[in-house]
Amino acid sequence: MPFPRQHLGLIATLAAAVAITTFGGSLNAYYLDVAMNVGIAIILAVSLNLVNGHTGQFSLGHAGFMAIGAYLSSACTLRLAPALADASSPLLAQHALFFVALLLGGFTAAIAGFLIGLPSLRLRGDYLALITLGFAEIIRVVFQNTPALGGAIGLNGMPPLTSIAWTYGWVAVTVFTISCLINSTYGRGFLAVRDNEIAASAAGINPTRYKVVAFTLGAFFAGIAGGLFAHLKLAIDPRGFDFFRSVEIVVMVILGGMGNTLGVIVAATLLTLLPEFLRPVAEYRMVIYAALLIGLMLARPQGLFNVRLGKSRL
Amino acid sequence: MTEFLQQLINGLSLGAIYALLALGYTMVYGVLRFINFAHADVFMVGSFVGYFAARHVPAGTIWGGLLVLLAAMGACALLGVAIERFAYRPLRRAPTLNVLITAIGVSLLLEYGVQLLFGSTPRNFPSIFPARQFHLGDLTVSSNQLIVIVVAAVLLGGLQRIVFHTRLGAAMRAVSLNPRAAQLVGINLNTVVAFTFALGSALAGAGGVLYALNYPSIDPFMGVMPGLKAFVAAILGGIGSLPGAALGALILGGAETFVGGSAYSTYKDAIAFGLLIVIMLFRPAGLLGRFTVEKV
Repeated sequence: MPFPRQHLGLIATLAAAVAITTFGGSLNAYYLDVAMNVGIAIILAVSLNLVNGHTGQFSLGHAGFMAIGAYLSSACTLRLAPALADASSPLLAQHALFFVALLLGGFTAAIAGFLIGLPSLRLRGDYLALITLGFAEIIRVVFQNTPALGGAIGLNGMPPLTSIAWTYGWVAVTVFTISCLINSTYGRGFLAVRDNEIAASAAGINPTRYKVVAFTLGAFFAGIAGGLFAHLKLAIDPRGFDFFRSVEIVVMVILGGMGNTLGVIVAATLLTLLPEFLRPVAEYRMVIYAALLIGLMLARPQGLFNVRLGKSRL
Repeated sequence: MTEFLQQLINGLSLGAIYALLALGYTMVYGVLRFINFAHADVFMVGSFVGYFAARHVPAGTIWGGLLVLLAAMGACALLGVAIERFAYRPLRRAPTLNVLITAIGVSLLLEYGVQLLFGSTPRNFPSIFPARQFHLGDLTVSSNQLIVIVVAAVLLGGLQRIVFHTRLGAAMRAVSLNPRAAQLVGINLNTVVAFTFALGSALAGAGGVLYALNYPSIDPFMGVMPGLKAFVAAILGGIGSLPGAALGALILGGAETFVGGSAYSTYKDAIAFGLLIVIMLFRPAGLLGRFTVEKV
């Protein structure tokens, strides 16, 4: 195939995102806001899917990586944005700063992901779930106790830099990177590790290496999503990144079918839109999530949107 | 020195509550090999049952208090059996991950279900036992702390007796050693699993009431933190080992109380997880656990 599907998707999404931001000035702000929420949810879910779905390592700590990205990038823009006010082209300078801030948050989250990936060397299944949860809680407690990052109150007053172009640009990059990676020769190793770790290592694949790569890359994109989230909501506090946030992302991955990128995107979109339509019953949201989780596991453990059942399992 | 002893007593009463919870985790893990995430919420339900049961007994009497405790234990045992029957039993043959996800679902369902029913505002737990302070030299021991330690010790003794000196206990140990071989010698797996859940949940219910005695504010999410910490305690002691769970819980309770009393008190909640990571890295089988090798 001279021009793979993934590349086409990347270019099309990027172009559409930039076009909407440039020419969509008259669009309803509420719809734009919801659309950006959907985009951030997609980045989170697709990146967690690399760890939970493709590599089969159950992580419950995605909110922790998101928190790192959100805090680091916010601290960066909060410190440096005032200095850019009198640059020759303030808008351009601000967005350049935003890009650097996002990358900073992403890379710091990736380092944390690397550190968490290391113990996964010895653990599997529910133990790993617990240790990732533990790490995420520690990250939260540390932020809560760092006065420079706002302590329990959190940070606010970030410049509103997140736009459709930024959000969907990163959605395109995330989906592109992960689906190209999984479909590459190297990437088949992730699936091998998921399907049978012992057989994979017997075939010359280093499972630890793959797990650490998955954690690091997943954490990087979660950090980016955190940065986008912070500059969309303009106020963050440690409680926003607790266990329930992680569970929310996990539900998206499971609903979409673990390891099925398209299904996960659909699930992330649906689960973000659902509360908007169900405002009157918003208090039932988590109960519905919980019932969904149990019902899915009992009735359709392969996920709601996994349609590749007929083919050989990848 | 006085302060050290005082903290030791506080740590002991906290550790006793963790022990009641940790035993439930470790028993379920021993029999079914999965983390029962919903256990912490059974604990929460226990304190809610205690809260409502306390209205129907004379306040501040030993017998009233024990009745409340029994009510909570009974209700939680039923709840535990129901959870096992409807959520976990259909998944007996499914991969661990699916069971784990279901357990998280059950946990959220209990938390948010209770929140829908009773609201999320914290409620004041009544003092169901007579409250008194005892002074031993410079040490102060509240009657509630004593009750926690005594009740926990009695329950742990009873559990030890059930597991090691009854037929059902022997069946439990057999299933935990090898479920298939246990079935081959005529042990009914479903009965044993249901019994394990009933026992573990009853202990969690008692733990819920005792916890609420010492920290008298209950809400639907109160179980999350103690639950996670009790699980860490179970791992610390070696999961699957009953004395290990009790030992781990006492160590964790002590460590937390000492950090809580020091200058680093805001990091109290991180202790358990830090400890968890250290154990996982250096001794994954826990203090009293056995190492196992996975066979292909």
